[in-house]
Amino acid sequence: MSDENDVMSTADRLIYMANQIARNLAAQGDAEAVASTASHIASFWDPLMRARIVALAAEQPDALSPIAAQAVRRISA
Amino acid sequence: MTFTRETDHGTPAAIATGKSVTLTIDGQAITLPEGTSIMRAASLLGGSIPKLCATDSVESFGSCRLCLVEVEGRNGYPASCTTPVAEGMVVRTQTDRLKQLRRGVMELYISDHPLDCLTCGANGDCELQDQAGAVGLRDVRYGYDGATNMGQAKDQSNPYFDFDPSKCIVCSRCVRACDEVQGTFALTIEGMGFDSKVSASQGEGFLGSECVSCGACVQACPTASLIEKKVVEVGTPDRAVVTTCAYCGVGCTFRAEMRGEELVRMVPWKDGKANRGHSCVKGRFAWGYAQHQDRILNPMIRASIDEPWREVSWDEAIAHTASEFRRIQAKYGTRSIGGITSSRCTNEETFLVQKLIRQGFGNNNVDTCARVCHSPTGYGLSQTFGTSAGTQDFDSVMQSDVILVIGANPTDGHPVFASRMKRRLRQGARLIVMDPRRTDLVKSPHIEADHHLPLRPGTNVAMLTAMAHVIVTEKLYDEAFIRERCDWDEFADWAEFVSQPARSPEAIEPLTGVKADEVRAAARLYATGGNGAIYYGLGVTEHSQGSSTVMAIANLAMATGNVGREGVGVNPLRGQNNVQGACDMGSFPHEFSGYRHVSDTATRQLFERTWGVSLDAEPGLRIPNMLDAATDGTFKGLFVQGEDILQSDPNTHHVAAGLAAMECVVVQDLFLNETANYAHVFLPGSTFLEKDGTFTNAERRIQRVRKVMAPLNGYADWEIVQLVANAMGLRWTYDHPAQIMDEIAALTPTFAGVHYDRLEAEGSLQWPANDAAPDGTPTMHIDGFVRGKGKFVVTDYVPTDEKTGPRFPLLLTTGRILSHYNVGAQTRRTANTAWHPEDRLEIHPSDAENRGIKEGDWVALKSRAGETTLRAQVTERVAPGVVYTTFHHPETQANVITTDYSDWATNCPEYKVTAVQVMPSNGPSDWQLDYADQARMSRRIAPLEAAE
Ligand code: SF4
Ligand code: SF4
Ligand code: SF4
Ligand code: FES
Repeated sequence: MSDENDVMSTADRLIYMANQIARNLAAQGDAEAVASTASHIASFWDPLMRARIVALAAEQPDALSPIAAQAVRRISA
Repeated sequence: MTFTRETDHGTPAAIATGKSVTLTIDGQAITLPEGTSIMRAASLLGGSIPKLCATDSVESFGSCRLCLVEVEGRNGYPASCTTPVAEGMVVRTQTDRLKQLRRGVMELYISDHPLDCLTCGANGDCELQDQAGAVGLRDVRYGYDGATNMGQAKDQSNPYFDFDPSKCIVCSRCVRACDEVQGTFALTIEGMGFDSKVSASQGEGFLGSECVSCGACVQACPTASLIEKKVVEVGTPDRAVVTTCAYCGVGCTFRAEMRGEELVRMVPWKDGKANRGHSCVKGRFAWGYAQHQDRILNPMIRASIDEPWREVSWDEAIAHTASEFRRIQAKYGTRSIGGITSSRCTNEETFLVQKLIRQGFGNNNVDTCARVCHSPTGYGLSQTFGTSAGTQDFDSVMQSDVILVIGANPTDGHPVFASRMKRRLRQGARLIVMDPRRTDLVKSPHIEADHHLPLRPGTNVAMLTAMAHVIVTEKLYDEAFIRERCDWDEFADWAEFVSQPARSPEAIEPLTGVKADEVRAAARLYATGGNGAIYYGLGVTEHSQGSSTVMAIANLAMATGNVGREGVGVNPLRGQNNVQGACDMGSFPHEFSGYRHVSDTATRQLFERTWGVSLDAEPGLRIPNMLDAATDGTFKGLFVQGEDILQSDPNTHHVAAGLAAMECVVVQDLFLNETANYAHVFLPGSTFLEKDGTFTNAERRIQRVRKVMAPLNGYADWEIVQLVANAMGLRWTYDHPAQIMDEIAALTPTFAGVHYDRLEAEGSLQWPANDAAPDGTPTMHIDGFVRGKGKFVVTDYVPTDEKTGPRFPLLLTTGRILSHYNVGAQTRRTANTAWHPEDRLEIHPSDAENRGIKEGDWVALKSRAGETTLRAQVTERVAPGVVYTTFHHPETQANVITTDYSDWATNCPEYKVTAVQVMPSNGPSDWQLDYADQARMSRRIAPLEAAE
């Protein structure tokens, strides 16, 4: 992220959002956090955004936190 | 049509004790609550005892002695306004002796009063005149030549009303209205006896005083001493229509008092259940924008945003809109367009816009400006309680013992509710304020918070969890309530979490900057002080943990049993007039009206059957997602009703880039707002004075908006949406908004009982209003939570990624002030600019000194998102390390600074935390100058000949 007039790219933002959701739900314990993150994304993201995060998870395997990564796997299933 | 004033019963209703008494007045028997005045009793019987110093908005005072009566068995002539009724009392209001006494009193008043009735602004609407008639005054024995108060200079400093001391009868109704109704204590009676006179804050003019221009004193004044300038200019009204304020979520109702088609004044409606006869400066006075010369009255189109606008007929504008949207969908796909509904428009209009999108566009790409304010409220309260709304009505605050205000500044944001709250606080309720700023509530006349927790912006969840820690570890929770109403296991998990030492007030003190002792004391007070009520605002929601904060608040209320009765609850103070309604009407991309997910097959089928199309089962795009998709090239067309996303949404540069990437942006608004600089079609909108409909306030109260004049632009907004829908082939046939409400009721279980005839009869209804609750629901969750068991949700504190550092060492937080409203499009076009001509940056003296900044200096405000300039206000209201500004003026564009971080659950932007640097500056930034140029170019309207 640069310092000035910084706007995240859509790809970066989707990754950021998925991680942010997972991070906020982490206190529920891993299994529940994965389920809640997946259902949150399924309920609130439009189909293109979901397809995009699934693709991004494949392209950038380290970008997502473990909870977010598992949740994304679940919505792609 | 005849014009009648609302009946003034002289004194307020008695405080209910459950006991009543029966008495006789002029031979008629009446039974009333104990504590009622004789004056009020007589008025309720249909009579009217002459009076001057009494009015039913304030407690009686007993100074004018005009209201004397005779009471059998009592000596003398008691004042009926200060004498309570008693069992078996026999009262006479008209005897020869009384007539004589009253004439004597009246003579004294009139001898010191200018007799220019025929040319006086209040002629025909003056109680002194009326009472002189009522007592039969025909002569004044003292003559008019002695020393009088006549000829004193008028105070015309207030832009909306004048004060003429020579017409003042020193009844002190204005002083009491300011104290009791408004709670500002701006007025005093100075001097003694004949020399006494009303004065605004130690002899300053009204404008320079503490006065907030609410107008309560003007309404209370029986003479022309305090009078609206507009009445002086136009004359007294000849008809009145009850309608609802279009500014904030309090939802004050008014009598729009008219002379012909001209609005003379707005008088708060005494029967209005939200405002109970009070209002603020915006609703009462700031409606001049409706006739402002900047209003656009003709539709306009242009091929590209660098061209000037071209005025066209409605037919052409509507046809062009429909064909552009269809063209874009044919080229880029069904999901390539969407729309934004407005919290300023009516429920019916909002419902139609989302219907246009779901039924006509064939997708769910609909969002609303609530995204940027209260979307976390919807999410948080539905997770915990099962419904996306506050739990109480406003009256409830009068039963509260402890009031916890979090991230809200009601004296500025929700002034009429604040006046009620302050009245309760003066009666002795205790107050806790959790806010980075020392807001007015923390200390104001006769009110002082027991605890002010000035936490660092962004640490709400840590703070609320620490309060929960105290409540759980000190066993202050309400076990019986939790066992009965919530899931005990979920409570146990939550209690275990909040009890961890890392969540204690001591452990989080370094994060929040608030002393642990103070947090402990506040938590104990909330848990044990009786009825505890929480009121919160955008300081809760507009954070990266906005939704978590709402849930943390709900957890606290459930843990202490403060839900489900009067005086308690969790109450979001909604920003715009119809935020609640816009959310209720299905403005979010994932849900239909009544908060039902689009993937729910039964609900979807209900809509499909009614609308005759199949509907998308997938959630649509939220506003920030639409803008992202636009910059990525997949989203190309947007319909924006009554909303200025360029000014109100975060990170202006990003919004501008998104809008600029679209092929067709349609803006429906009153003015060429900032978003319209990027629009291709402009459809002129109508004001709330020009249409019928309903608004739903923060109490879930649905109230009528009534048309008082014809729309200057030719159509009400709902008609314009219908034109667009029909041009897209939808065949809508609404003749009146009442039919739209019938459709809403048929499709939405919580609104099933809401119809215009019911609203006409009841004045208002609070949803849910249906067979289970035919008269609506003032207090929610009385016997059980809407979701069944209340759900405790563990809310872990996750610090925002927006962090201060060497480059951006200060935290900026944003807000609003009393005299302006949101992006200011309306209030900036009224005389309210007298109070707030520009946005200023509040900065603590030590931060200012370090940077060589003095009061009034131009400063540059810079974040990683952008830079702007404005002038500094050096004040201790903000803590060191924190700066604050409002966002009412486009020249400032405070949102150039705010970043694109947002709430994890709803994408509500993090307006309340931005890392910034502040430096001295010489004037507007390059960006501001460029922007001003671009805006000027973009607002050009081609002369008609050139348009051919
Ligand atoms: S306008 Fe309101 S604040 Fe001002 S003096 Fe009158 S009552 Fe007080
Ligand atoms: S200004 Fe009006 S209300 Fe106030 S004391 Fe004078 S007459 Fe009474
Ligand atoms: S702006 Fe709000 S408080 Fe003021 S009059 Fe309107 S609804 Fe009432
Ligand atoms: S009205 Fe009762 S004393 Fe003035």
